Amino acid sequence: MRIPRFVWIIGGLILLAAVLVGGLLVTISLVTTMFDPNAIDPGAVIKCSTSSGCSTIYPIIYSLILVVVILTGFAYTTLWERKLLAWIQHRVGPNRTGPAGLLQPLADAIKLIFKEDVIPDQVDKVVYYLAPVLKVVPVLIIVAVIPFGPDILVPWFDGNWYQVPLAVADINVGVLYLLGVTSLATYGMVLAGWGSNNKYATIGGLRASAQMISYELSLGLAMAVPVIIAGSMSLGDIVDAQRNIWQWFVFQNPLAAGILVLTLFAEVSRAPFDLTEAEQELTAGYMTEYSGMKFAMFMMAEYVGMIAVSVIAVSMFFGGYHIIPVDNVPILGPLFLILKVFIALSLFIWVRATLPRIRYDRLMALGWKVLLPLSLVAVAWTSIAVVLGEETQSSTAYGIVSLIFFVVIVVGGFLFLRGENQDADTAQDPVDLMNDPVVTGEPRSIGWVLLNLIGGLIAVPFLMVKALLTLLEGLGSAGGEAPTSDELAIEPVEPAGD
Amino acid sequence: MTLQAFAPIGVLIIIALIIGVIILMISRVFGPHNPSFRKNAPYESGMKPIGPGTRRMPVKFYLVAVLFIIFDVEVIFFMPWAVAMRDLGVYGLIVMGVFTLILVVGFIYEWKKGALEWE
Repeated sequence: MRIPRFVWIIGGLILLAAVLVGGLLVTISLVTTMFDPNAIDPGAVIKCSTSSGCSTIYPIIYSLILVVVILTGFAYTTLWERKLLAWIQHRVGPNRTGPAGLLQPLADAIKLIFKEDVIPDQVDKVVYYLAPVLKVVPVLIIVAVIPFGPDILVPWFDGNWYQVPLAVADINVGVLYLLGVTSLATYGMVLAGWGSNNKYATIGGLRASAQMISYELSLGLAMAVPVIIAGSMSLGDIVDAQRNIWQWFVFQNPLAAGILVLTLFAEVSRAPFDLTEAEQELTAGYMTEYSGMKFAMFMMAEYVGMIAVSVIAVSMFFGGYHIIPVDNVPILGPLFLILKVFIALSLFIWVRATLPRIRYDRLMALGWKVLLPLSLVAVAWTSIAVVLGEETQSSTAYGIVSLIFFVVIVVGGFLFLRGENQDADTAQDPVDLMNDPVVTGEPRSIGWVLLNLIGGLIAVPFLMVKALLTLLEGLGSAGGEAPTSDELAIEPVEPAGD
Repeated sequence: MTLQAFAPIGVLIIIALIIGVIILMISRVFGPHNPSFRKNAPYESGMKPIGPGTRRMPVKFYLVAVLFIIFDVEVIFFMPWAVAMRDLGVYGLIVMGVFTLILVVGFIYEWKKGALEWE
């Protein structure tokens, strides 16, 4: 007897659905038990740090899982970048390999593996081979100190449940570690440029070194702000201090958060700060002479670096793994973090699609003349507010000082920008002296005097800010006056006689 | 916290190094290898290379590096103070303010000298 084809198909589909649903149910029950601290008898749980076996094996397993997750994330970040760029530019993007182009990263990897590994004759072999490794290793180990969620419970083959942290090592100098390791990646770029012995590569490497170290200062000062508020350099403490949305440090010091985001853009040399690999002028910058998988390693370092700095920014200022407090449902922690990192990566790509590359002298001016003084102001803001709040034992004082700083900075920035845009010939008219009551001595009512007194007192801080800005502006142009429009004008050429 | 707390980072560094070396070797194994004189010449947009690859570089890069050293020490000095700030209170704030003031004077000096100009 011949069974009709559709019976096979429907039967197969039902079987498949049953297997899928069953597997899903088992996974959900296991995972909810694993991530729920109340599901198991607390007495039977062994803390990982107290068991010598667990504290030996767990870091290895967790590091392997972390590296696999990050590398998968890297592969799909490249695809998401191409897709999002395509959508912003009204194109389709990769859509041939696999459903909706989902196998594109795999195809790229296979292609690069089977490409020829050209090693130019002029290179310094040791440095040339060392540079990609030096670029990849730091970006892979940045996230070691960042917790991806609260402690979870996992079963092991000996029948016990272990309570393990979701971080490789939440050390008590985490912020210093982040600062040190982010700047290590500079070595990879400079050595790649130098070892290639190529003009484009050398210029790219030099630019990379100057850009990295210029923005690292503001990065360090902006990272000091969460340390001050949380009172600890451990990333776990910093994240736990921003449990609810209104506690996020971005709302307590938006200036430092803005500086941190800008400097992180520069640290991973993404647009608009991608001077080190400016295609139009330097071919590929420091990686001009690299091909095959060594080129892929530099791309990998760039995208893994993007993921890493997104995790840093999210943990420092945007609440880490909390959107709502996740202490009771720990599984939400990694999910929230991944969601926030995804939003941050999309921001990176969006900025690349919309902003043009900044000029190199303006890049250095932005780093040294704007971001460095502003980050000092940001540290002063938080430290004064925290100390006054601590002395008076009230969060009201903290809020008031923060608000004053916020208003002063917004008004100062507004005045500064207005002064920048003002032309010399549109300056204000001089005061009419003949009708000024100070000159004519005309008597005024007591109400007028009081009003002026209060107004004068209010005006003092604004005038101080204005004077400071004028001073800074004067210092900025101390190197030489900008040419006036008269000097720049082209002399009309007299027509030759007759 | 003992030094043992840093050991897991060492594990991660070793894994990262192994991954780096494997990727470095993988295209040596799988890729073809047909060097030729033209292919191995330095890339200069298709032209014959002119002169050496590494040349004299502008002194401005050294200047930036020197300025960086000064301020980086300052940034690192901020960190222990930031942790202990609640204990130090107003005294610590004033002391750090004086320290920063001296640094800002130096910063204004180098700004006025034109060390931050890039032309």
